Amino acid sequence: MALELSDTSNLLKSARTGNRRSLAKLLTAIERGQESEITSEESWILGVTGAPGVGKSTLIGRLIEHWQSNGEKVAILAVDPSSPVSGGSFLADRVRIPQADIDDSIFFRSLASKNFPGGIVPNIGKMCQALSACGWGRIVIETVGSGQSEISIVAFADIVLLVDGPDRGDIIQAEKAGILEIADSIAINKSDIPSSNSAIEDIRRSLELSEGDNRTVHLVSAINGDGISELISDLESISPDPGRLGIRNREKLISYWVSLLLSHEEIDSQLVNLGNGSITVRDAIYSMGSSMNFGGTANGRNDD
Amino acid sequence: MRVVVAKPGLDGHDRGAKVIARALRDGGHDVIYTGLRKSPDEIVRIVSDEDAQVLGLSTLSGAHESLIPIICTGLRESGLGDVIVFAGGIIPERDRKALYESGVRAIFGPGTKTTSVLDFLNEASDRLSAGNPVGVGSDTGWHWN
Repeated sequence: MALELSDTSNLLKSARTGNRRSLAKLLTAIERGQESEITSEESWILGVTGAPGVGKSTLIGRLIEHWQSNGEKVAILAVDPSSPVSGGSFLADRVRIPQADIDDSIFFRSLASKNFPGGIVPNIGKMCQALSACGWGRIVIETVGSGQSEISIVAFADIVLLVDGPDRGDIIQAEKAGILEIADSIAINKSDIPSSNSAIEDIRRSLELSEGDNRTVHLVSAINGDGISELISDLESISPDPGRLGIRNREKLISYWVSLLLSHEEIDSQLVNLGNGSITVRDAIYSMGSSMNFGGTANGRNDD
Repeated sequence: MRVVVAKPGLDGHDRGAKVIARALRDGGHDVIYTGLRKSPDEIVRIVSDEDAQVLGLSTLSGAHESLIPIICTGLRESGLGDVIVFAGGIIPERDRKALYESGVRAIFGPGTKTTSVLDFLNEASDRLSAGNPVGVGSDTGWHWN
């Protein structure tokens, strides 16, 4: 059931007084593309990205444990993939983060990617704004287990932490272009496994080749807690890189337009036509180009 | 639908919960799995924060009689009376009536076909569209099996 703008305003008003149920409903409305008038508040958004299985969730659990013990509140938006076949999803990041269930200091929302590219979901920027407007100033976004080129997270996070682990390829992998270049901090997880030492050496040697690259590569173990406090001090002291503005703007634009494209009814009808063989891919592309009009939908939307 | 699959109580067996979660995923639902050993309070908060429409509770320890009604009451008291609750695991026939009375809408035991869980959700969803309440807070008396 579609909500009116006034409904989201009421939800926001209620959520700002600390009503978690209203916040939960507000996030659902925003996720579905509902317009809302939210003014950004001061916030600190950490994006955690890296390949599947490197320990992103378990590491986030360690980070929030630290902030919890300092009496801080943390909101987590954790993205897991949707099935390209059924459209359903198995969202299981909570399983690795039991810390989130201990008390009210953590707000955790699992998000299905709905096959949105880039490792995040549409409207995630707006969801962060809603959280910060409701007093959740420390926000962690966990991407879908991501490869080298899923960099959309830079558009929405102030600080990007890349998590990697042992036995994930030799130094050639560390030399490839992509997410490694734009991460603000890098953590090699699973230091309890001996081959993590060669993984960290590969990354360090790769960074040494870029003059002036003074990013710290941390060797940590989310399982036993080694290296976590050093990683947290580093994350808290990094300032968002102003040189990243161009990339951020580009990713914001792409993410905005792709989400409009994917939520447009035309794409579904073209897929039906393609499925029953009544048109070719070329026809579909031409037809979409000439008939799709985003003017009305796009006007006035602010997806910072 | 957004479905939370939760494991209340202290048993550590979640094969059944994962099979159900997989069936729901393959049926096009978004499934949030909580992991093991969640308390009733934790489960209610998860359902609320995740804005789920459905809660599936899997228990094999024999604690269903005490835990499931506490969770159902917790949902109602938190304004989550519209959430559809179903249960699974080792739940003897003689205990089922009390669980239905506490608001559970279906109970699935060993040998259940995964498709019947999807059929149940379809039926619940149809009832909802037809204006018949199916949530844990409604006093309809309807249950699937």
